[in-house]
Amino acid sequence: MSKLLDSVKFDADGYLDDPNQWTEELAKEIAAREGITLSDRHWVVINYARNEWKTKGEAPTLRNITKNTDVDTKELYGLFPGGPGKLAAKVAGLHKPTGCI
Amino acid sequence: MKTFLVLGAGTGGTMMANKLAKRLDPQEWKIILVDKDETHYYQPGFLFIPFGFYKPEDVVKTKKAFVPSNAEFILSDIELIEPDANKVTLTSAKRVIQYDQLLVATGTDIRPGEIEGLAGAGWHQNIFDFYTYAGSVALSKFLSTFRGGRVVINVAEMPIKCPVAPLEFSFLADYYFQQRGIRNKVELIYTTPLSGAFTKPKASEMLGGLLEKKGIHIEPDFAISDVDAGKNVIYSYDGREISYDLLVSIPTNMGADVIGRSGMGDDLNFVPTNKYTLQSQKWPNVWVIGDASNVPASKAGAVAHFESDTLIENIERSIHGQALQETFDGHVNCYIETGFGKGLLIDFNYETEPLPGTYPLPVVGPFSLLKESTVNHWGKLAFKWIYWNILVKGLPMPVPSRMSMVGKRA
Ligand SMILES: Cc1cc2nc3c(=O)[nH]c(=O)nc-3n(C[C@H](O)[C@H](O)[C@H](O)COP(=O)(O)OP(=O)(O)OC[C@H]3O[C@@H](n4cnc5c(N)ncnc54)[C@H](O)[C@@H]3O)c2cc1C
Repeated sequence: MSKLLDSVKFDADGYLDDPNQWTEELAKEIAAREGITLSDRHWVVINYARNEWKTKGEAPTLRNITKNTDVDTKELYGLFPGGPGKLAAKVAGLHKPTGCI
Repeated sequence: MKTFLVLGAGTGGTMMANKLAKRLDPQEWKIILVDKDETHYYQPGFLFIPFGFYKPEDVVKTKKAFVPSNAEFILSDIELIEPDANKVTLTSAKRVIQYDQLLVATGTDIRPGEIEGLAGAGWHQNIFDFYTYAGSVALSKFLSTFRGGRVVINVAEMPIKCPVAPLEFSFLADYYFQQRGIRNKVELIYTTPLSGAFTKPKASEMLGGLLEKKGIHIEPDFAISDVDAGKNVIYSYDGREISYDLLVSIPTNMGADVIGRSGMGDDLNFVPTNKYTLQSQKWPNVWVIGDASNVPASKAGAVAHFESDTLIENIERSIHGQALQETFDGHVNCYIETGFGKGLLIDFNYETEPLPGTYPLPVVGPFSLLKESTVNHWGKLAFKWIYWNILVKGLPMPVPSRMSMVGKRA
């Protein structure tokens, strides 16, 4: 593990404990750990997620992301393979999306 | 005279109108209830209709029968809500109502149009929903002549109302096809956008185990992108494809269009609501009950009932200028039919996930939690009687509103 990743705490599922400790450098390393190399398109999603968190206190849903950015669902799955909602939240240093009950 | 306006006369709106009629001074308050539909449906019954376990006429009553005598019922669609002006415009005769207090109880319904190809040529041919009266009745006709093949149950997107209903449908389908002696000719596949059978870890494990035991294949993390009704195939965003002979779809659930039109909703037209007080996050004289709100509790009739206790207290407090109580704890109490005359019960809230143990109830209980039993199945069947005779009439239920840890094993 890198020094940077070691310097912060994650929960059992790998989400950053304190979203305030997030930095762009950290995002790159979390992404790398998940096997993702960040591109400009990833950053569109990450920045949007961070902003949503700042105003609403939680990670945005997929529907919210695709409605309010120019990234559509298909592309999201390409950028964050598997579970884009969860992965994007992870890389953006946010808690696991509650989304559904 | 002041006006208390209730939008939507389903489970929550009807229940609250009855409670308000008892609590508010009739000299001071006029209660108005608006709904676009004359018929009150017992929605939990939609689960049983496809299999012929309930007949369509078992789940319908007229809405007017439940309207308190001192309230006015208006049959109309709602055109626009203007909460900044305390004003609601109804579609019928463009009637405008000026209100002092507003309760939003417009619920949620399915939107097959949100998924490409779902609402197309196959809809109600070999693609059915069971979340509407029409859908469940049409599916029962289809199933009665079904001779076998692959049945795919698909949950399109979360959140959905009664999140356990698709699982119950799968369990009952297994039971139904066994009863008809054609289970060996039917393949059952459960596809869900969740990573497991359910949203909460312990229940998910237990319910996932049940699916497996019943020979129902689960396809998790399946986010449906579109349906090809010509080829009878559903596709996921990550490139999986599954063919079907019968597709049982739980389409995207959304709040009423009028909520969106009026700028009162989130991306799915759910109204941002304080999850402890049930007051609108934006307008202090707007309250929200049931499926219409965005609170992170299950969208279920039992939940609307627990919410009504917090709401009636807070509405009264607010009218009298007192501070609100943060008493709603996200309590969900839900029977899950598992087939063969058995059922499960889960009981949880915002903080505590469903746990095993027993659920103490005077006279009828105890029910076993997270474990199949015959008593739980009776509980589910009794819910219909309780619904019509106690719940929608706003009468007290023999169940505490706040969740209790008594009997639960952490
Ligand atoms: C298949 C199925 C199984 C279920 N099983 C269970 C169960 O076992 N246990 C349980 O507790 N719950 C269950 N539920 C969920 C339960 O039925 C709902 O959560 C409950 O009815 C929600 O109440 P509500 O008042 O929020 O919405 P509803 O009861 O749906 O009422 C909303 C009302 O608003 C009206 N309305 C909407 N828009 C407008 C408009 N523009 N103008 C005028 N009127 C409008 C509608 O006509 C409707 O009457 C089930 C639901 C389904 C579909």
